[in-house]
Amino acid sequence: MNAGLPTKVIKEIRVDIDKCTGCRACEMACSAFHAIPRYSSINPSKARIRVVADELNDEYVPIRAGDYTPSECNGRHIYTIAGKQYSECSFCGASCPSRDYFIEPDSGLPLKCDMCETVPPLEEPMCVQVCGTDALTYVERQVERDPKEPPARGEVEIGLESLIKKYGAQAVLQKMAQLAKGLKS
Amino acid sequence: MRYTETGYDLEIYLSRGSIEKVATDPKLAEYYLGGQGAAAKLLWERVPPETDPFSPDNLLIFSTGLLHGTPVPSANRTCVNCFSPQTNLMSHSLFGGFFGPELKHAGYDKIIIRGKAPDLVYLYINNDQVEIRDATHLRGAGTTETGDLLKKELKDQKVQVAAIGLAGENRVWMASIDHNHASAARGVGVIMGDKRLKAIAVRGTKDVNLAKPAELFDICLKMNKKIAESSGCGDWMAVDEDDSFHHNHFSWGNARKRIKNYWSKELQERWTKWKYDHMDRQTGCYNCPKKCRNVINWPGRKRFGYKCFGKDTYHMAAFLELDFTYEILGVAQEYGVDSYAMPQVIAFALELLEAGILKDSDFPGMPPDSRGRFFYLLEKIVRREGIGDILADGVSRAAVRIGNGAEKYDHNTVKKFEQLPIKLGKLNPAFFLMIATGEKMSITQIEGSFPQDPLPTREQREEFVNKWAAVPDEKFKQYFLNWEKRNDITDQATCDIVEWNEAMHYLDDSTGICGFVSSFRGQFGGDIAYHMNNLPEILSLATGFEMTKDKLWKTAQRIRTLVRAINNRRGLRRKHERPPEDHWAIRDEKYEQGLLSKYYEFKGWNMDGIPTREKLESLDLGYVADDLEQRGILKVEEKVPA
Repeated sequence: MNAGLPTKVIKEIRVDIDKCTGCRACEMACSAFHAIPRYSSINPSKARIRVVADELNDEYVPIRAGDYTPSECNGRHIYTIAGKQYSECSFCGASCPSRDYFIEPDSGLPLKCDMCETVPPLEEPMCVQVCGTDALTYVERQVERDPKEPPARGEVEIGLESLIKKYGAQAVLQKMAQLAKGLKS
Repeated sequence: MRYTETGYDLEIYLSRGSIEKVATDPKLAEYYLGGQGAAAKLLWERVPPETDPFSPDNLLIFSTGLLHGTPVPSANRTCVNCFSPQTNLMSHSLFGGFFGPELKHAGYDKIIIRGKAPDLVYLYINNDQVEIRDATHLRGAGTTETGDLLKKELKDQKVQVAAIGLAGENRVWMASIDHNHASAARGVGVIMGDKRLKAIAVRGTKDVNLAKPAELFDICLKMNKKIAESSGCGDWMAVDEDDSFHHNHFSWGNARKRIKNYWSKELQERWTKWKYDHMDRQTGCYNCPKKCRNVINWPGRKRFGYKCFGKDTYHMAAFLELDFTYEILGVAQEYGVDSYAMPQVIAFALELLEAGILKDSDFPGMPPDSRGRFFYLLEKIVRREGIGDILADGVSRAAVRIGNGAEKYDHNTVKKFEQLPIKLGKLNPAFFLMIATGEKMSITQIEGSFPQDPLPTREQREEFVNKWAAVPDEKFKQYFLNWEKRNDITDQATCDIVEWNEAMHYLDDSTGICGFVSSFRGQFGGDIAYHMNNLPEILSLATGFEMTKDKLWKTAQRIRTLVRAINNRRGLRRKHERPPEDHWAIRDEKYEQGLLSKYYEFKGWNMDGIPTREKLESLDLGYVADDLEQRGILKVEEKVPA
């Protein structure tokens, strides 16, 4: 790697579905780690990882919660891999209206995997730590940053953008001006 | 807030179709934990001893272990209890998988089922929504088939289903309750069928709360790694292809014939190939890093899973090879039958035919070969057709019904329950006591903490005890160090060993922890995950009540003694406590009865095997003593004036 170029770290959880035993320890540990206060309760249905399991079809696929999507797919692929049929859903991490995966059961809000990023950082995400068969492994890769790639966005920017999407730029600007005035006095 | 427990039981009265959610007393968990302990308390209180197992008043209880739904690895075995028609005693059954934890997340510690439905129903539990639903469309469906159909019907792949198959529906006494590829055997499937309950489907999305969560999670994370890495945990039989142990030492047929040099390298290669050519994968139970279940996809069969000795029972009963077990297990598991008892019942019937007690005319159309005969009889029994209707009541009852000398062929039962097919030479004192007095019916549910055999040299024994973390008391290390010959051990040591072995099973079956990381596994290698020295801390952190080693030992004895009293109340006495007469070739009645008396005394039981008032009161079971005295089972002790 060229020493002069800026780099970034890509975090990956690699999944070997042949090694998964379907024990769901990953779900348990994820729900504990994300409970508030931390570890205070256990509830796999609040986990940001799910093992899609169908014992009769010998199907065991751990999937990680990705983005929220307001609409479901129109039609799905069915993949046949090594003689077994998998629905596209089995590999999809979206929190979507067609299933109750990655939706917080009490509030109905979507859940998303955050790779257990915390201060101080964990050595590995919690789901990987409890996977006794190495179906889940964690890899960090340093890659060169593409110069054309936009810089990483901060939380304020992402938050403001979603407010603008929801209420419109005008309403947000007005409110901000109002609030800023209030804070000065 | 209740920790580890939800604080609610689900009461289902099938005769009326009523459903109640009932709050429970938080104190009870401190005394009886959960699982079998909690269920025993309910059976004592609510089922009068004269209740016939087929009466609507018999309860069928599915209970979660106290540690289900916590981060404690390998706590996932659901306990099922009722009274069994086969033994007329308390049925004790367990199955692994995901059911118990799911039930706890649905908000319930137990499901208590009484009464009988007019026709087949299933129970659907989705958090607070609980419904008794029609199941007539599932009549005759296989056990895993039922699970699959219900997941589709309920449009939820995540429901956990426990179901009976055709055997349970037809009230076959060897019927099991199956969940995925895990089976609850020993007398519970027949009662589920009698109650006309085809299945329970459960889905839960609620929190389970913990008293000291961060400290507990930290311990569990380390425990998870230990269990994953330790060869002293889990079912080694799932991967050890050398199975000479069972084949050279256990008996074939109707527990009759030992074939001492059966195993060979060539056979092992052939069998290993059969296995790996057809094995999809090994699977595990909820929150356990081990993978003890081999899932086999045999041509023309539904996928099935097996563990432990379950891979041998059918072909050893039939004098065949592993491919036969694979061929029949896929069928038998869908029918929902106990793969330990069923092959013995079939082998018993074929022995009666050979002896001329049953006639060819009792088996119309039966094929001449062993393979064909086993399939033929399996079908007859699960359908209760012809001779199958009699055999469906198990070996002991069938022998009585057939008569004409058939009783002589019922040689391998204790308390009318089929035992493992083990026939040995010299008596092993601890095993004599365990088989005689155990109330979990199968030796695998009683033995397990103390090694079965001594190690040959003192150096090896020293090495073993030096890393033996599981011993509850230093005396066990001394017993093992000085143990040279299997049957040369003091009576005191024998009593202590039996009590420890039993205690661990009573704890596992009440906390929900699997015997393969605890009670059963210690005898092979000693390096287990859970034992008397670390369970108190784990229980304290999880539940919030203060648990110590002494308190936990007492709790184990309390549960064990309550189970004994429940069975005493239903007629269990000393005369029933006899291992099969041919279990060992060399017997000594005087020595055995002397040992039994010593054990009764050691346990605080009278010479008829009934706990004394003094013992009961020391275990906070004074109410049990009152009842036993009232019924005249215990003599009222005269109070000496002070």
